Order: sequence, then C-alpha cells, then structure tokens
Amino acid sequence: MSLLAARALSKTYHSRALLGPARARSALSDASLSIAEGETLALLGRSGCGKSTLARLLSGLEAPSTGEVLFEGTALPDLDRTARARMRAAVQMVFQDSPSATNPRFTVGRIIAEPLRHLTPLDRTGRRARVAELLEQVELPPEMAAMRPSQLSGGQLQRVCIARALAPRPRLVILDEAVSNLDIHLQASALALLRRLRRETGMAFLFVTHDLRLVRRFADRVLVMDEGRIVEEAASGRLETLMHPASVRLRTAILPPFPPPREVEDRARNVG
Amino acid sequence: MTAPGLALQALSVTTTGPAPRRVLDDLSLTLVPGRVLALVGASGSGKSTAVSAALGVLSPGLRLSGGEIRLDGRPAAPKALRGRIVASVLQNPRSAFNPLRSMRDHVQETLRALGRDWDARRVHDTLSGVGIETPEQILPLYPFEMSGGMLQRVMIALALLSEAPYLFADEPTTDLDLVVQARILDLLADAQARHGLGMLLITHDMGVVARLADEVAVLDRGRIVEQAPVGDLFHAPRHPVSRMLIDAHLSLYDPEPAR
Repeated sequence: MSLLAARALSKTYHSRALLGPARARSALSDASLSIAEGETLALLGRSGCGKSTLARLLSGLEAPSTGEVLFEGTALPDLDRTARARMRAAVQMVFQDSPSATNPRFTVGRIIAEPLRHLTPLDRTGRRARVAELLEQVELPPEMAAMRPSQLSGGQLQRVCIARALAPRPRLVILDEAVSNLDIHLQASALALLRRLRRETGMAFLFVTHDLRLVRRFADRVLVMDEGRIVEEAASGRLETLMHPASVRLRTAILPPFPPPREVEDRARNVG
Repeated sequence: MTAPGLALQALSVTTTGPAPRRVLDDLSLTLVPGRVLALVGASGSGKSTAVSAALGVLSPGLRLSGGEIRLDGRPAAPKALRGRIVASVLQNPRSAFNPLRSMRDHVQETLRALGRDWDARRVHDTLSGVGIETPEQILPLYPFEMSGGMLQRVMIALALLSEAPYLFADEPTTDLDLVVQARILDLLADAQARHGLGMLLITHDMGVVARLADEVAVLDRGRIVEQAPVGDLFHAPRHPVSRMLIDAHLSLYDPEPAR
C-alpha cells in the first residue's frame, strides 16, 4: 500500500471580478500518482503547470474539486480523528519563500517548536531538547534558537524551515520549490543536506521543481506536468527517454555547464 | 586617445551611521562596447550595491565614499548616465513596473525622458524584436495582466528603445522558470550582439555566465577577488571563492546517482 496517493484529482479556482461574471480557471485535471514509503518522487514542470496545486492538495492544505487523496489507502475526508492527527504529523511541507513562511516575531526556537506543540505530546523541556537536536540535524548552531528570522541569511532560514518540517518525525516531506530561491551554491548544499537526511531517516520526499538538473541529483522517479496534467513519467536515471514536448522544452532549457569554446578563438585573435 | 569604455574606478561604498562599515571596497571594472562582463558572487557580496553606486541610486543608509566613473576617459556623473548612457534590466519585473500604468505609459515615459516623440513603427519593431508577437495587444495591458516573462521582455524592449550604448542587467532571469530564462537569455545575447552593447551582467548563476559572458569578475564581501576571461575562470579558477562557485555549479551537472 502506498503512503500517499492521488486519484483523479482536479482543482478549479474561481476568481471573482468586481464587475462582471466570476471566471473559473482549471489548475489541475485528472492527476493520479502514488508515493511509496521511502521513495523520492519529483514533480517537474514550468511555472503555472499545476505542480504546486497538486502538492497542496496532497498535503491536505486544500481540498480537490473532484477526485481524492488517500493516506495509507483511506481518503482524507474519511480519516477519523486519530488517523487525521497521524497524517498531519506524517506529511510535512517546506515552501519556496522562507521569509513569508516564518513569523518574523517568533524566535527560531519557537518556529521549529510550533509543530511539536500541536502534533506531539512533548512538554516544554522535551520540546527544547528536540529543537536543539533538529538544529544540529540541519547543521545550524544551537545558539540560533534564540535568533529571529531577520537575523538569518536566506539559506539559513530555509534550513530552519526544513528543521520545522522534520520536527514531528514525518514519513513524507513535500518540498515545493524549496531550494529554488537560493543561490546555486546554497542549492547544492541544501540538496546534500536533504540527501543525508534521507539516508539517515528513510523518509519519502515529494520534490517539486522546474529544474531538471535537480531531479537527476535527488529523485528516484519523475512526473512531468504541463497545463494542469501529468504528461509523462520516467525513472530519474532515464531522463533522456522523456519525449513529451513539455519535457523536451525543460531539457533544452538547461544552461550549458561550460562557456562555448569561441572564447579561446576570441582571445587568440586579440593577442594576435 | 583613450579607448571607448565605461570605467568604474575604485568605487567604495560605506554604511552611514555611528559605526561606518565598508560594503564595497575599491571596486574597479571597465565595460567595453560589444563585450559582456559578468559580475558574480554570493548573495550579500555587494553585486547590486556596485550597480547602484555606479548609477547614483544607493539605498538610504549607504554612501559613496570614494571612486569615480569615467566614460571614454572623461569623468561622468552617475546621474547623467542613467537612461541615456546606461539602460537597466532589473530582477523581478513585477516590482520594477508601476502597477497603475499600462505598458503604453511605460514606453511613453521612456521616450519622453529621452526627448523623443511616439514612433509607432519603432515601438512595434522593438517589441517584436524581443519576441512579443502582437505588440499592439500588449500596449494597453497593466503589469498584473502579464506574466513575469512578458514583463521582462518589455523591460528589455524599454532598454533597447533608449538606444543607450551600455546595459546593466541585474539578475535578469533569477525569478523566471528555466524555459522562460533560456528565451530571455537568447534575447539578451541577440540584442547585445546586434546593438554592440557593452553589458554588465550581475548574477549568482554560473550557467547564465557560461551562456552570455566574455569576461568574469568575482566579488566576495565587497572586493573583487579574481577577474578572468570566462573560459579561464571555468577551467582554471584561481581564488577559493571562484572555485566554490564553479564547483557548486558543476555539481548540478554531475551524473552521480541520486543516492
């Protein structure tokens, strides 16, 4: 049985105009997938393709217009109280924009302890100990617990958000473009951190991204999305087999690792 | 005779207030027509401060404490450069456009600032030159009605309309998805080559550098630590900061398995 699954999910948003009729916009159509325990699945697609909508539906943050999300085989609305609490702890999310995902008035310690207060029986002392452990896990110094978001760099704050997601010992972490706002060298070190955590905990990840390079570095399997639909699937070792036009566009958009060799000729000409 | 070029010479920027701190230290760069110079570095290394200092638009709390700008060998006031000598393409087009003004208003403002009249033909040609297929249809639109990629195209078109010989592109594709990024970079490369622009490209992404730059300067904590032709920097970086940037960039292309 899969940990989390989507069955024929669709989502339509209604925008209300001040004047004139409301407009309906379909963000997701007929999306089905399943994530196994310990698996890393990537959702790949361009801005506006519906991948974040799908991630939000899977985490239970929003309800689908049609279709259902299944946690351990049971549809989310059918979960009883204890099962729902279990699901909330088991599925955690990390967002792209860490400054807007953290309360600027809270200390880092309180930000990370928030899910512990709601989802675990830990008391104050227990929470403090767990926060220290989590900071260490994401390679931040323990003193940082007393600092506020504005005193941290973007890369550090994103690690705080990862620590918060890890707090209730989830079985699945949904990373919604969680590294794409960071400098490339910080993206590389955040990915190294996530890989280490996966090795240590055996957690599953749903990795939402527009960058095919990151998929190869991090995921087992990739689903490509385009215009609200899942259009193709491949194992991450076989990305070259992706054939859908949307996949091909994403592949050809990757920038070259090295500058073109014309530079050498240029310089030769300048010298000569 | 001095060679043509736009030189930032020994620019230093200091924080104001009781304990002044240098955020830009003796930065010198020369832009040459027809060449792309990339200024790279981590967030907070001072890249955008360098651009603001050169154009005389430093944020409150910062002041220029030394250095000067020379255009073709003669001293030039930063204020006189803006719009006429140097056009800018900024990160995050969403905040660069006035939300209450249509695209037509923005074009008109650019032309008026340069003392030119509306020239429908030129506006049409410039907008179609940046890949906008139906320019007349986007002119009445407001920023919220357009995608980030479309707005960035219009920003490039505005830069080209100014006919300024130099272009400062500050993280021009950072907030765009990779497919849009690739198109915008093609466009910038094409415009730069066609108009023979001298371009300063500010970025943290070495992939963007590989795509566009001829020469690279690496900035670390307000200081240039290495400057080299792009091929040399990628194949034989000398400074540890350059090596770190190149290694992180190349690690994304590394075919090592995910686990």
